[in-house]
Amino acid sequence: MSGPLSGLRGLELASERSAFAGKLLTGLGAEVVLVEPPAGDRTRTYEPFLADEQGPGRSLYFWHYNTGKQGLTLDLDTERGREIFRQLASTADFLLESEPPGRLAALGLDYADLQPLNGRLVMISVTPFGRTGPRAGEAATDLTILAAGGPAWMCGYDDHSLPPVRGGGNQGYQTASHFAVMSALVALLHRNRSGAGQHVDVNMHAAANVTTEAGSYTWLVSQEIVQRQAGRHAATSPTMPTTVRCADGRLVNTTVPPRTPAQFRVAYEWLESLGVAGQFESAGVLRNAFADESMNVFLAGEDPHIRTKMVAGRRALELIASRLPAYEFFTGAQERGFQVAIVYAPEEAFEDPHFQARGFPVDVYHADLGRSFRYPGAPIRFGATAWEHPSAAPLPGEHTAELLARLGVGEAELRQLRAEGVV
Amino acid sequence: MPLPHPRRFPHGLGKGSCYTPEFRASPSPTEWERGSGGEGRTRLRYAGLSALGHLRICDFTGQLAGAGATRFLAAFGAQIIRVEDPTNQGRWDILRGSPPFKDERRGINLGGAFNNHNAGKLGVTLNLRTEEGRALLRRLVAVSDAVTENFAAGVFARLGFGYEALRAIRPDIVYVSNCGFGQDGPYRSFKTWGPSVQAVSGLTFSSGLPGREPAGWGYSYMDHTGAYYMAIALLAALYHRDLTGEGQWVDLATTEAALTLAGPALLDYTVNQRPLRREGMPSSNRSQHPRMAPHGIFPGLHADTWVAIACRDDTDWHAAAATIDEAWARDERFATLAGRLSSEDELEGRLSGWTRASRPAETAATLQAAGVPAAEVATPLQRIDEDPDTNAWGLWPVATHTEMGDVRVDGLPVHLSESDWSITRGAPCLGEHNAQVYGELLGVSSAEQARLHEAGVI
Repeated sequence: MSGPLSGLRGLELASERSAFAGKLLTGLGAEVVLVEPPAGDRTRTYEPFLADEQGPGRSLYFWHYNTGKQGLTLDLDTERGREIFRQLASTADFLLESEPPGRLAALGLDYADLQPLNGRLVMISVTPFGRTGPRAGEAATDLTILAAGGPAWMCGYDDHSLPPVRGGGNQGYQTASHFAVMSALVALLHRNRSGAGQHVDVNMHAAANVTTEAGSYTWLVSQEIVQRQAGRHAATSPTMPTTVRCADGRLVNTTVPPRTPAQFRVAYEWLESLGVAGQFESAGVLRNAFADESMNVFLAGEDPHIRTKMVAGRRALELIASRLPAYEFFTGAQERGFQVAIVYAPEEAFEDPHFQARGFPVDVYHADLGRSFRYPGAPIRFGATAWEHPSAAPLPGEHTAELLARLGVGEAELRQLRAEGVV
Repeated sequence: MPLPHPRRFPHGLGKGSCYTPEFRASPSPTEWERGSGGEGRTRLRYAGLSALGHLRICDFTGQLAGAGATRFLAAFGAQIIRVEDPTNQGRWDILRGSPPFKDERRGINLGGAFNNHNAGKLGVTLNLRTEEGRALLRRLVAVSDAVTENFAAGVFARLGFGYEALRAIRPDIVYVSNCGFGQDGPYRSFKTWGPSVQAVSGLTFSSGLPGREPAGWGYSYMDHTGAYYMAIALLAALYHRDLTGEGQWVDLATTEAALTLAGPALLDYTVNQRPLRREGMPSSNRSQHPRMAPHGIFPGLHADTWVAIACRDDTDWHAAAATIDEAWARDERFATLAGRLSSEDELEGRLSGWTRASRPAETAATLQAAGVPAAEVATPLQRIDEDPDTNAWGLWPVATHTEMGDVRVDGLPVHLSESDWSITRGAPCLGEHNAQVYGELLGVSSAEQARLHEAGVI
């Protein structure tokens, strides 16, 4: 099986802002040529490194974000480099780029320049504030995007003398990359009918803004501002903590508390089976709750009796959690129908039996090192097509000769291009 | 062997095939429509050629993790028919009828989050516990390009509509199911919300300040993001069907989508055996990949006002130091990244002293003038009502809801030059489009619809 986009060919101008979008497109089956400057993309110098030693082909950051891609080095500041790029773009299905607004136009490589060469080209630009907006010139990183775009305001601790928190893992870049892929697919579907490509302008700041759930809609609907609190949703008034420390010191999140008579009964019976029902101060409330078939949880905001029962349900789960190791609480609660979760570090999730059983970790072979390493695998399981098994990220210019040969560049010319620093 | 597509590609066109006019979805479009990319970005687009106007989705998604996916397609013109259960007033989706509310009115149709996440969809009611209800659904599936749901694993199959059943109704159907742990594996019966997906996948753990419990995410990041992966799955499968005629079932486990978001930290573990659960972690306001310093969120003049500053390299730092123009900033120890990293606590303390003297917006503007990435930590008010970028972009379009009236909703952070999005309609009221869908689309007479309503089927 091959991916749903197999047969499509794309170019990607290397950038940390859009690398994840290119990686996802390779997973979907598209052939993606990563175009780097002859000195290599900046992210090749990003930590962590293989065995903590910096060197070409040793950045694990680069490895992760560039699986499945082919590597071409090309100096777009040379006329010959631009000529080669135009040739490649003239037959490409898509071009993914994140250059500063104006740079491609200055090089004669913007959509307006490429469209006449290839009317079917879908060009996707991922920039911090969009191509043309009033803030388009601002310098930005993942941190400043998440600060300006709303997520940081909502993440942090109950104590507001502590700074808000940027969620970990470059999620500002990755959110923009998700929208880049979604909208590229819309443009490709449109092309199936119209025959024409188009330009897609992705605004990272806007992407963060519309990925803030209640933060945005609470303001849009009722002009109220949510306030951050540790481990749970920012809210207009404080809510009960949901993070609980278990008997083994690990954390769990109790998420949505018991809310039906049947769930209150199960919680009570679990307390009893652990021999702690007698110590539970709200045992009576819980017993009343599971007898009350008429309870409507949707009135909890208005009916203090219902609220009391829901608080008792949450307290019951907290007490149980404090008596059990986290994993036992997580699986035991889920088996009883409570939607709780264990707080894993990423590596613990990777080793969890569920993800192992589903084959989520995959081995990726690095030919230059003669060995394989385990990577995160498919985020989506297609039934008839595949999520492509990743190949290792390219070494600098790994596929330059092969790709240029397709354009009719022979060995002698290639040597000259190398000597001139074009590739 | 892929099936030939019966409707759109009768000549068996293969991948990369060229456009031919007879396959255009709307052969005689007559109407120009003003797309609402919003003020300043308003553009004309041809109504008949909206990007996805040819698609119809039979949609069982709810909450945000599912509803957010089909919302995206609706904005590009796809007809999304959201199917809800009349026996509980559609309250499987806990956002239906829940706060926030626009005014003092309360009711099943007045939930602000539901309106936001379901803008532009049609709404019908259908009771799948009745045979007549299941028969109606079979008729609806037969005229739909895709079926989408984010029930717990196995629920839809138990209602009689697993992939094989759907395929028997329509061989090229695209069926996307979305749940926390996927359709197989030891935890397939486990249920999740956004915060549980974030907890299990490491996203919660990865976010916080050193020496404290993780701060996690103050919202369901993975409900949004699960919806993005669902939209990607749906669109990619529809693309494949466009070119091959072949439908398929897609299994999306949002925990797996979430795990792909922790890449460099995971590789540091699998390659270097360095876990993220280690002394000093999480420390997500600092930058580990790549290393930068200073890199953090610093206090402003007033309580709970903050500015984010990121010096990407020595050039940024020297520009910042010149702007700060205080003796400590010229300290040789801070001249190199290695020096700044080894004195990071002191550096951040000094910098906090400087940022505390000004309003965050002024600090950010001063640093930006020197080319250094900096931004105020924006409140919802600031980024929605006062930010020049989001407003010029048209990011908060006004959607008209039948009962709520005009309400601003989330727009899309993309603009397409030829087939842009448009959001003008709010979420459907419960069963609002029964007559349109059952009557006009499926040909059920008014009298029969009245009988089905009476019988509790719709």
